[in-house]
Amino acid sequence: MLAGGTIFLVVLLYMSVLFTIAYVGDKRADAGRSMIRNPYVYALSMGVYCTAWTFYGSVGRAASTGVGFLPVYLGPTLMAALWWVILRKIIRITKDNRITSIADFVGSRYGKSTLLAMLVSIIAVVGIVPYISLQLQAVSTSFTSLWTEPGRGIAETTAMFSVRDTAFYAAWVLAAFAILFGTRHLDLTEHHEGLVAAIAFESIVKLVAFLAVGIFVTYGMYDGFGDIFSRAAADPDLRRLLVMGDGVDGSTYASWAWLTMLSMLAILFLPRQFQMQVVENTDERHLGKAIWLFPLYLLLMNIFVLPIAFGGLLYFPRGTVNADAFVLTLPLAQGQSAMALVAFIGGVSAATSMVIVTTVALSTMVSNDLVMPLLLNFPPLRLNQRTDLSGLLLAIRRIAIVAIVMFAYAYERATGETTSLVSIGLISFAAVAQFAPAILGGIYWRDATRTGAAVGLVAGFVIWAYTLALPSLTSPGWIIESLVNHGAFGLAYLRPYALLGVTGLDPVSHSLFWSLFVNAGLFVIVSLLTQPSVIERSQASRFVDVFRLAPEGLPLRRGTASYAALQDLLKRFLGERRTNAALRTYAHRRGLDWETDIVEADADLLQYSEQILAGAIGSASAHVAITSIVHDEALGMDELMRMLDETSQAIAYSRRLEERSRMLEEKSLALETATTELRQANERLLELDVLKDEFISTVTHELRTPLTSIRAFTEILYDNPDLDPARRSEFLAIVLRESERLTRLINQVLDLAKIESGTAEWDLSDVDLRAVVLESVQALHQLFAEHNVALELDLPTQVPTVQADRDRVQQVMINLLSNAIKFADAADGQVAVTLQVDGQQVRVDVADNGPGLDTAAQAVVFDKFRQVADRRSGRPQGTGLGLPISRQIIAHFGGELWVESLPGAGATFSFTLPIPAG
Amino acid sequence: MRHTIGRRLVVVFLLGIVLLNYPVLALFSRAEMVAGVPLLYVYLFAAWLALIAAMALIVRRRA
Repeated sequence: MLAGGTIFLVVLLYMSVLFTIAYVGDKRADAGRSMIRNPYVYALSMGVYCTAWTFYGSVGRAASTGVGFLPVYLGPTLMAALWWVILRKIIRITKDNRITSIADFVGSRYGKSTLLAMLVSIIAVVGIVPYISLQLQAVSTSFTSLWTEPGRGIAETTAMFSVRDTAFYAAWVLAAFAILFGTRHLDLTEHHEGLVAAIAFESIVKLVAFLAVGIFVTYGMYDGFGDIFSRAAADPDLRRLLVMGDGVDGSTYASWAWLTMLSMLAILFLPRQFQMQVVENTDERHLGKAIWLFPLYLLLMNIFVLPIAFGGLLYFPRGTVNADAFVLTLPLAQGQSAMALVAFIGGVSAATSMVIVTTVALSTMVSNDLVMPLLLNFPPLRLNQRTDLSGLLLAIRRIAIVAIVMFAYAYERATGETTSLVSIGLISFAAVAQFAPAILGGIYWRDATRTGAAVGLVAGFVIWAYTLALPSLTSPGWIIESLVNHGAFGLAYLRPYALLGVTGLDPVSHSLFWSLFVNAGLFVIVSLLTQPSVIERSQASRFVDVFRLAPEGLPLRRGTASYAALQDLLKRFLGERRTNAALRTYAHRRGLDWETDIVEADADLLQYSEQILAGAIGSASAHVAITSIVHDEALGMDELMRMLDETSQAIAYSRRLEERSRMLEEKSLALETATTELRQANERLLELDVLKDEFISTVTHELRTPLTSIRAFTEILYDNPDLDPARRSEFLAIVLRESERLTRLINQVLDLAKIESGTAEWDLSDVDLRAVVLESVQALHQLFAEHNVALELDLPTQVPTVQADRDRVQQVMINLLSNAIKFADAADGQVAVTLQVDGQQVRVDVADNGPGLDTAAQAVVFDKFRQVADRRSGRPQGTGLGLPISRQIIAHFGGELWVESLPGAGATFSFTLPIPAG
Repeated sequence: MRHTIGRRLVVVFLLGIVLLNYPVLALFSRAEMVAGVPLLYVYLFAAWLALIAAMALIVRRRA
């Protein structure tokens, strides 16, 4: 028995250590010396999976079911093997789309749907409440155990805490802690580095504490593993725990399999795991180490569970001490208060880490995906006119945390303290498992629709509530009891634990079977029966093809907004400082001054702002907010979208090249031959290398974009013969431009295919590079004048000739020059060409004074279809094949082509060609 | 090759599903002791550790 004061002091001390770590973590992050950017901290932060359930409940479960506690840790181990495939994709999607929570993820996938994001938030909050109540119950039970004599019956213990309601105080302390930790400032675009550091520390604390108790019990109280297990084997009551069970108690093979699957889903979809594994992930590569480190952590955490369980069962007279508290009561019974205190701190760390991360994740969802969309759509509040909403956001989050924890407390009262920790936690696992069809389907199946996801989620949630959550509320007494025994309205086939007469499964497996079956079934069927809208399609493509496509899809934003209105909007959510910084970055990229040059926010800027805003308030809210200030173009955006939707249905998401080719054949005879050749070229490429797979799918994607607009605008023209002439010629101009782009693209693809397969014809001769440069400059004379770009030539009077194909070299030169013109400074464009003899080779430099390329862009600029233009402004102008082709040509003649650049200081593309010996 | 890491890990996953479920599990669910520890426990932790080792090897070989 320990004095209440001592316990309180130790907890206080522990909390202050935690705060110090979080504070230092944040400070170091600000200073750019991050503590958490390494795979070890990342893996440890995943240890938030181990809560009071693990710390106390596993032993309790082991005491009643033997190995029945293990599937909860084996499931995540198995899932870790799939992380490389699944979690890596989720992380990439989350980063590309600046997603802030699991609700945001689902909403964003299905066309930035506010409704779905709300639905997921509600399911998450309601579903996680039992789990938080588990932590409250564990903290209060452990506190009571520490405080009272060991060996007392459960009845007395229960009587203790109705007098001094420790769960109630624990609720307030945990809520206060979560508020202090998670909502100190509004900072969602960056990571909560301090928080992650503290959680990783807590993972170490609970592991060490549990191992310490385990070693104490195994080697201090008993004589090693063999001693404990042989004593258990000799006990007729305990012998059955050494093998798999045969009753309906969670240790049968069926329950085992269901629990394994359930925890596989939980490790991906629990909000706190999503927060730590996905949102707080600083580097995708950390996943590699975490894949085996995290399962190893789980294994270490579980080694001593069985010895402690048997130790407790053998030590105490049966039924006198709650097995969930063995970790504490065993050291206490031995008079080891210091060891008990270590165990207690371990339990506190397990519970606090769970509550902190969970409430931070849930409060983010509640504020971003539930409350803000409602408030924004509620005109009487005039939120649009408020100058600063970040205070409001924080207030919502703090209120949400208190409400969630109090809700959990109420649940704890309603279920009573007799329920075991693990069975409470499993209820929450089953709730978050409902996200599986919508998310897994969403990232691998492009035809999944918003309606399908919503219907599936609602159905799964309702079944979960009816078959698992509702029956767990034992306190109201006879109402629930009669429901469980006789079914709703006295209909036997509606009994919550035996729906439609399905028996033989434990309640969790039973509920999981029905809810997931109906959820996934409806998700698939309804998805097949409904048509996705354009924005859903575009998002589907962004999610499913995240590893394949460049980040640009169909241009979704049309129309413009006033720059001032946009600034006001951003400031309201981000604050003045961050808004200005974001706009300055943007303007700099486009070579403009953010204060003076921009008067109207165009589609590109709006898209950019939406992404920035999504980082703070979630993608669904951001979409609504930005849309509220946009003026559509004369032809309504909705209308255009609808037309695009209808016309692109046949083609937009079909992926096979043959279909694309057939479309082309319909267009024109000239293209037909090209198409056949293209198909042959592609087939050759396929044979050449497995890697070319990706190339082909990109080609088809690139072909689709111009084709879709040609088709859409032709359709509009066809359907509206009385369109006014100005608009008509505008549309025709677009069709013309896109056709040209298509032709150019196909020619270049063929060109590249020829060079790569070695079938290109080369016309070798002595080439004078000086003449080639001059001719190229002459050819682009007009372009220089149009863009108002000044040219500076530095050529020696004579250079040695090189062996090459003159036309090809000129092609390279023209490509480099036109790139330079395109990217040169808009106001004061300058391009300099230098020719010189450099050892045994001739070297040509083409320098511009544009925005330059950062290291990342330099690395990919020679990749196929990689356009620097799409980062800068609006739609890409080129085909993304010019530079790769140029590089191939130069390489063919034994030279090199490379780029040197500093961001902001222009780029210099250079190539060399060798001078033949002798 | 990134693709092969993913594939190899999927193989480990499938292997794990088989090793840690009925009927393989039933082979070890017997009232026998190995060095004083029940056979089932020894098997479960050994299989678990083996899976982790396999994953670690696959991921590390990338470098």
